[in-house]
Amino acid sequence: MEPSEQKAVRGVGHSVRRVEDDRFIVGRGNYLDDVKLPRMLHMAIVRSPLAHATIESIDISEAMALEGVVAVVTGKDLEAHKLAWMPTLSGDTQAVLATDKVRFQGQEVAAVIAESPYVAADAAELVEIEYEPLDIFVDPYKALENTETIIRSDKEGQADNVAYEWEAGDKAKTDQLFAEADHVVKLHTHYPRSHPAPLETCGCVADVNGATGKATIYLTSQAPHAHRTLFALVAGLPEQNIRVISPDVGGGFGNKVPIYPGYVVATAASLLLDAPVKWVESRSENLMSTGFARDYHMDGELALTSDGTITAMRCHITSDHGAFFADAQPTKFRAGLVHICTGSYDMQAAHITAKGAYTNKAPGGVAYRCSFRVTEASYIIERLVQNAAYELGMSPVEIRRKNFIKKEQFPYTSCTGFIYDSGDYDASLDKALEMLGYDEIMAERDAARAEGRLMGVGIATFTEVVGAGNSKEYDIAGLKMFDSAELRVHPTGKAILKLGVQTQGQGHETTFAQIVANELGIPPEDIAVGHGDTDNTPYGLGTYASRSTPTGGAATAVIARKLRDKAKKIAAHLLEASEGDLEWDSNKFVVKGTDKSVSIQDCAFAAYTNPPDGEEPGLEGVHYYDPPNMTYPFGAYAVVVEVDPETGEWEVKRMVAVDDCGVRINPMVVDGQIHGGLTEGYAMASMQYIHYDDDGNCVGGNFIDYLIPTAVETPKFELGETVTPSPHHPIGAKGVGESATVGSPAAYVNAVLDALQPLGVKNLEMPVTSGRVWEAIQAAKAAAE
Amino acid sequence: MYPPRFDYVAPTSLEEALDALAEHGDEGKIIAGGQSLIPMLKLRFASPETLIDINRLPGMDGVSEEGGTLRFGALCRHNQLGAHPLMTSKYHVVAEAGTLIADPLVRNMGSLGGSLCHADPQADWGSVMIALKATIVCQKKGATREFGAAEFMEGIFTTKLADDEIVTEIRCDAANGGFGSSYLKMERKVGDFATCGTAIALTLKDGTIASAGVGLTAMGAKNLHAEDAEKVLVGQAPSAELFAEAAEAAVAIADVREDSRGTPEYKKNVLRTFMKRGLAKAALRAQA
Ligand SMILES: Cc1cc2nc3c(=O)[nH]c(=O)nc-3n(C[C@H](O)[C@H](O)[C@H](O)COP(=O)(O)OP(=O)(O)OC[C@H]3O[C@@H](n4cnc5c(N)ncnc54)[C@H](O)[C@@H]3O)c2cc1C
Repeated sequence: MEPSEQKAVRGVGHSVRRVEDDRFIVGRGNYLDDVKLPRMLHMAIVRSPLAHATIESIDISEAMALEGVVAVVTGKDLEAHKLAWMPTLSGDTQAVLATDKVRFQGQEVAAVIAESPYVAADAAELVEIEYEPLDIFVDPYKALENTETIIRSDKEGQADNVAYEWEAGDKAKTDQLFAEADHVVKLHTHYPRSHPAPLETCGCVADVNGATGKATIYLTSQAPHAHRTLFALVAGLPEQNIRVISPDVGGGFGNKVPIYPGYVVATAASLLLDAPVKWVESRSENLMSTGFARDYHMDGELALTSDGTITAMRCHITSDHGAFFADAQPTKFRAGLVHICTGSYDMQAAHITAKGAYTNKAPGGVAYRCSFRVTEASYIIERLVQNAAYELGMSPVEIRRKNFIKKEQFPYTSCTGFIYDSGDYDASLDKALEMLGYDEIMAERDAARAEGRLMGVGIATFTEVVGAGNSKEYDIAGLKMFDSAELRVHPTGKAILKLGVQTQGQGHETTFAQIVANELGIPPEDIAVGHGDTDNTPYGLGTYASRSTPTGGAATAVIARKLRDKAKKIAAHLLEASEGDLEWDSNKFVVKGTDKSVSIQDCAFAAYTNPPDGEEPGLEGVHYYDPPNMTYPFGAYAVVVEVDPETGEWEVKRMVAVDDCGVRINPMVVDGQIHGGLTEGYAMASMQYIHYDDDGNCVGGNFIDYLIPTAVETPKFELGETVTPSPHHPIGAKGVGESATVGSPAAYVNAVLDALQPLGVKNLEMPVTSGRVWEAIQAAKAAAE
Repeated sequence: MYPPRFDYVAPTSLEEALDALAEHGDEGKIIAGGQSLIPMLKLRFASPETLIDINRLPGMDGVSEEGGTLRFGALCRHNQLGAHPLMTSKYHVVAEAGTLIADPLVRNMGSLGGSLCHADPQADWGSVMIALKATIVCQKKGATREFGAAEFMEGIFTTKLADDEIVTEIRCDAANGGFGSSYLKMERKVGDFATCGTAIALTLKDGTIASAGVGLTAMGAKNLHAEDAEKVLVGQAPSAELFAEAAEAAVAIADVREDSRGTPEYKKNVLRTFMKRGLAKAALRAQA
């Protein structure tokens, strides 16, 4: 081969243009619904219109009689194959197709398999189901009190509607600190039920080939390997015969972590009918039946001394899980990582308790762009701290500074047992206030108030815990939370990187190539990144909880370094020098003190054409990375709003977001992640929720009721950064996919509350709709009279 | 979401279209922009046997102001009206509603006639046409009927339109001097239906209000004609007190329920606020 190609090595720190965008922009992506196989059949699901009712009878005769219908599957049919129920990721069970009764509106009761999706939809309307209504529980408090109507009557020994109970922290010490406190601040608030609502809904094409025994399952999956293993365990299929392919995925946000009944039915149907079966949800099916998020009712309390020092925190959570406890979360932690709720503050003790309720609502509790309930945790502490400031007559900035964990305290062990890897909270708050021009803004706010205008400034200084695991503590359904990378460098110096994680828009095909470039000197455009196909990638737990860079990214860096070590041996051989005399210089080995060098591409060529004696030929390898700890991204967000006192509408005037996610691999991609998260945070704070009427009807099952902000409503964001590397990550990076969704809701709500503070408004519930703001103003005015 | 099976015809003249309607009776359904009908089909709320596509009918998408009459073809698109120079300079209530309906994709397809025939109480055009005191022209084979806008809309999704009729045109008196109008709409996001909408048209003569038109969106089972508010206004000089009084008259006819947009008190409060703001805006334009 000819002398080294000397292209620029654009490794870590470069805003490389996202390589995946071209195919998405010109419409050449390959999403689930683009998968079309010969002889493929189509499935439609028949769902319950009622929230709680016994199934008296199911008549499929009319549906079966329709031309083009191949089969109608009911729970009874699945029961015969022991598939009527499946395990959830929280160790509960979930009905695949209801056999005894339905437990939420939209629950899967039967499935029609037909020659076209149109016929399947027509036939679904012809399945006759008789129901006998039962009492309906949509309020978790009422469900928990009740022992007469047991929603989970299927579970042996279940005599109430309690899904789980859990606690963390030190009760005795916390109680003592509260007893000694000068001041206690309390807040009861609800983090409402939201839905990740990815642009692409969930679906699958199950292709079980009767001749080969091979089951190829195309799946909108954030975790293809874990899903393959679960398919093997649930369906009893031999794992070597299962291939899960997650094609281009149009957003996941946690919604595509669980296994849904539709996947199981389609796979069973394909097996029995010996034909591929496609199932793609409609928008309403996605919103009404697949993994929702949040729905945490929280009672938070802070104990403080008179000078504003926080000594302890208490929080009791009543969580609403709907009909099945289907949170996607590590086994050990029943309320996810919500015990990170002491946040950025140094306190002596905390006690967190949680009790989960079964209700007649859709199941779920997925981590919507969030590392297992960190969003709820961050929300309660940031709301409480602001309330504490008001009650103690301190500024929200001063109280934060007073209680921040200080830079020199890291690594910091929190009172609920997390070991924060690194942080500099003062620096990020300083930066945010400087960008905002805090003093001027406060003067402007006060002047506006003097004129009777309602202007407010809200702050949130969050700390996240992301990047699960280590594998000692973290697993999903028993599978340890490590991740992997396989790197093959070809003779011409080009490479393929294969990942155990799975991109749904995060930009892995770009950023992971940059990690390799950084460590091995091969430019990103010479590296193809593969993911999502279990036959062709090493095992991994998938992408959610901001874990790809902390785990898969670390694995990538480590394997690239291992190959560099091998390349060094080859370089020594080529340069006829000893390894000790060689120096690495971004993409080549140089003989110290000379201008003699060989590039990584030269080494790659030699690995296949001229390997050193005794050295294994080739330049490839795989690494499984088990992180020593989680990473702890943090940031400071500040929002300025003005409220229209006549209509209650509020407008974001400024939104400053300073994020510290350690070392930034691709600053542009990081900014994109933050923009998306800030938008979703704004949606939750201002307009988005799913609720249920007393009859258990879902309000929010379409985009008329479940609102997604457009570019018009979305505030303009001003981004800033500080960089505090993770000490244990190979390149110092922390996860960033979720920081903004986690940190921003409290900042928006705090800003509106600050605007209404002069009127005496103490609490607003999300979503802070204009109607709620107006009602709060009226109530405060009435109270003042 | 897949609609049930249907047949489809695409006539190229009004005559053909009326024949098709006569032939299919209540099993035929006109499709214009499809921005209400197609969602209804996909949700399987509607299952007509035959769709009669009127988009190829010539001459039904024009706007003209001639001989003291302002005419809109039924196929005028929301976007077309929102951007029309005559509307943006003179009939602001039309231009403003045209840009506040739905989102650009829907606005490019959705038609004025389709919106009126769909008669969603949360839709905007009905209120605008009430404020302009417009006449809706319905044609069937061999006969034409005309209705005032307020009379045409009967209730939630119901109108005077018969199965064999097409709305061909909407017309109203052209404005002379002293005309000012406005459309205000509260939406939670772009593409949202109204929490409240107020369509106002005023004509001022010698410092007093000579005529007033007020239509209300999302305040009841159909677009409401706020006649009492109009009565309060006519013959009086514009003032904040007068507008407040007219606002109360409008609030008095609002019949609203609690939902995720707010309580009845809240919605009425928005109506009160928008009436005052909308009247002030229209009056200012009338004086300009
Ligand atoms: C996402 C979204 C948001 C929307 N937001 C709003 C909004 O904010 N405000 C608003 O006002 N509307 C809104 N709409 C509705 C939209 O404006 C529709 O375009 C309009 O209601 C119907 O017009 P069309 O031409 O699309 O009619 P179609 O959907 O084609 O037809 C609607 C009905 O009218 C009948 N019809 C149509 N034309 C005629 C005719 N000339 N003669 C007789 N019958 C006829 C049809 O048979 C059908 O029954 C929204 C729609 C969508 C999809």
